[in-house]
Amino acid sequence: MKRFVSIQTEDFSIELETNQLRTATPEVGGIATFTGLVSDLNRDQKIESLLLEHYPGMTEKQLEQIIDQAQLRWNLLGVRVIHRVGLLHPRDQIVFVGVSSRHRKECFEACQFIMDYLKTQATIWKKESSQEKSEWLSARESDRIEQQKW
Amino acid sequence: MQVLYFASIREQFDIEGEQIECTADTANVQALIDFLCEIHGEPWGKVLGDPNLLVSVNQELASLDAPLSASDEIAFFPPVTGG
Repeated sequence: MKRFVSIQTEDFSIELETNQLRTATPEVGGIATFTGLVSDLNRDQKIESLLLEHYPGMTEKQLEQIIDQAQLRWNLLGVRVIHRVGLLHPRDQIVFVGVSSRHRKECFEACQFIMDYLKTQATIWKKESSQEKSEWLSARESDRIEQQKW
Repeated sequence: MQVLYFASIREQFDIEGEQIECTADTANVQALIDFLCEIHGEPWGKVLGDPNLLVSVNQELASLDAPLSASDEIAFFPPVTGG
């Protein structure tokens, strides 16, 4: 299986990432992708920017471990995970998860599995700024519940 | 040993990390926390006493009784919120 993990400040192209998965091997029968964006609204607060910080080294290691777990559960041909850090604004892309496999079910499930684990395990933190204030976000119970379903 | 702080914890302490000498006083994570609280005072006690605090040793999540040695990298951080 071909895999790619990157924590980066630069933006990414969904098309280029999908093409990497598509052209890697002729066995590919389907690709599922998820792209997370900065939304301008959170808990009724108008968001102006989002600052993302991570633990260099540990984050990459954790993402590799999450992909290892996905690979044990599903027959995957390719996985690409990109997470941006630094200062982002509404409409900006934050995270990309792309999974290729022979069949769609494996793609869909593995893509969701990787996102659910990424949200609850990868050492990344968000600080949200509105006109009134800046604050570090708290972990959501709903994210933990989603991850524990697996 | 190298001690690192991230996100809200880094901001509250106003340092990214520090070098701490490994002694009998820092034999495990809880002992290190007690030592840091003793040398720094507040807000270390309040922040490192938070039940939601997460700790890693050499970039793997660790418990408070995890043993420490001189070459270890220990990090303290809040629950994660990426994605």
